[in-house]
Amino acid sequence: MLIYSTASSIPKSGGTLHQYETERKKIMQDVTAQASTAQPVLKSSKGKNEVKRRIWRNRWLYVMIAPGLLYFLIFKYLPMYGLIISFQDYKPYNGILGSNWVGMKHFNRLFSEPDFLNILKNTIILFGLNIFIYFPIPIILALMLNELRGNFFKRIFQSLLYIPHFMSWVIVVSISFVMVTMDGGIINDLLVFFGFEKINFLLNPSWFRPMYIIQVIWREAGWGTIIYLASIAAIDPGLYEAARMDGAGRLRQVWHITIPAIRGVIITLFILKIGSVLDLGFEHVYLLLNSMNREVAEIIDTYVYTAGLRQGQFSYSTAIGFFKSIIGLIMVMTVNKISKKMGEEGVY
Amino acid sequence: MVEDRSFTGRLFAAVNFTLLAIIALITVLPFLHVVAGSFTTSAELAASKFVLIPKVWSFEAYKFIFSTSTIFKAMAVSIGVTLVGTLVSMFLTSLMAYGLARRDLDGRKVVNFLVVFTMLFHGGLIPTFLVVKELGMIDSYAALIIPSAISAFNMIILKNFFQNIPEGLEESAKIDGCNDFGILFKIVLPLSMPAIATISLFYAVTYWNTYLTAILYLDDSAKWPIQVLLRQIVVLASGLDHSATLDGVVPPPDQTIKMAVIVVATLPILMVYPFLQKHFAKGAMLGSMKG
Repeated sequence: MLIYSTASSIPKSGGTLHQYETERKKIMQDVTAQASTAQPVLKSSKGKNEVKRRIWRNRWLYVMIAPGLLYFLIFKYLPMYGLIISFQDYKPYNGILGSNWVGMKHFNRLFSEPDFLNILKNTIILFGLNIFIYFPIPIILALMLNELRGNFFKRIFQSLLYIPHFMSWVIVVSISFVMVTMDGGIINDLLVFFGFEKINFLLNPSWFRPMYIIQVIWREAGWGTIIYLASIAAIDPGLYEAARMDGAGRLRQVWHITIPAIRGVIITLFILKIGSVLDLGFEHVYLLLNSMNREVAEIIDTYVYTAGLRQGQFSYSTAIGFFKSIIGLIMVMTVNKISKKMGEEGVY
Repeated sequence: MVEDRSFTGRLFAAVNFTLLAIIALITVLPFLHVVAGSFTTSAELAASKFVLIPKVWSFEAYKFIFSTSTIFKAMAVSIGVTLVGTLVSMFLTSLMAYGLARRDLDGRKVVNFLVVFTMLFHGGLIPTFLVVKELGMIDSYAALIIPSAISAFNMIILKNFFQNIPEGLEESAKIDGCNDFGILFKIVLPLSMPAIATISLFYAVTYWNTYLTAILYLDDSAKWPIQVLLRQIVVLASGLDHSATLDGVVPPPDQTIKMAVIVVATLPILMVYPFLQKHFAKGAMLGSMKG
């Protein structure tokens, strides 16, 4: 009996993926919420003995949490402590404790380096492409999918559109490379066939940004519709009924019912997107980067990798990474503030 | 939604359908082109500019890439890392998630905050690399798994899922003499199979697709997983740096060979995809029933 009632309260299996995306959004909301509010650590309890007894009773739970906690301390918090090497001239054989302190030297160098300003510019441009070109596409796709009659094609189109999300960046970039290469790629062959000149997409710096954003759209736009489709599905069908009574056509219904209904989700996701300002996908950009397009393709993440691990400038590149992390944190906090001020559903 | 039978309504539906069909086609076409190209000869690929159906079919490219042990080895590494990694990740993630899901646990808010904070701020590439190096994990397979064993997102999703299981059930199991491990493995996990399955799949896809950690932590090219090999063969060999191809394939590899490697590296994901897809197809239906 007991088991039966519990099982029925658990969401049906089919919903989990859907749920995953919705949960993800909720978590980001929690995250931003927690960032700005101080955490009450422990509830005041009735007595010390009571607490001791409770802790003893839950001892196995602590054993369960221990490995995970240890993981976060070692692989997340120890590196945060390691950020102090950005104030040192870190030498691997001296270690953190034995290296010389140099104060703000690396940060000063950062802002006087013309290279860095260019890298910052590149990073911001890719961020802009993400916001202004990529961001609206899943919304439009979701609206189009929602207007399809019949579930059969809707499901087929969805399945096809989701596929690229499960391919790694290496696969995505590889597929586009074999298609656009000068020797035997289908795109250049077609260009020649229609009487155009071949284009060196891979080495020509002016093609880096279009390639980047097309790949982002190809991989993520379909998957990005899930969350919008979920919130469209929650709209009361009575609203459409009423609109039809008043003689509204399909486009008017979309404009006056669907879009206003998902406005909250759109705003939330937009804010979250801005919050992730400098995380543009090192994995992706690093694959597209080569010696010919470096001047437009080098972003903060790739520069940290090249300067740090390739050239051994540990402290300098850590300073750059530190700068980026701080900016990211400030963006999240700011975005959280703004969303609070907007009467909208906002971020929380 | 009731059908709109007016002329503009039908026109709208037809245009919308056509556009979506074109978009869906564009989405899968590149990969289908690569699959088709991998099953023909390089002469045919160079001569006839086909997109999907070659005139000559051939297994040459596959024979070539499987003629040395390089690809087999890389596949074995990827499969091993994916299986072991997913197991380790699920084990650690569900233990931690269950512990934190219990509301009567003192200190859970502190631990929760520690986890959440790592999503907002992190030490970055270099300090993490130094930690992994200090632990002596460079050039070991453990470096592909342990430093990214728990995803904070996945852990919190699972925690939230566990929190929906009524506490009364756990209480009664406790009265029956079950300790917390027993409750987790005998009651909570079996009830959470849908969530466990979904999150396992996400971990598995992440492990299969990983290349960055391998580049960071593995200097020994004999230990490379398939994604790194794919990068060597296709990305680095395209146009620029011909010296960087893998041993045994010294001149820049043919288009057909590159395509065959892409297919091999994608295959396991495409095999898992129908299973995954079943999940979210149902999810979408549940959603539309609600509306």
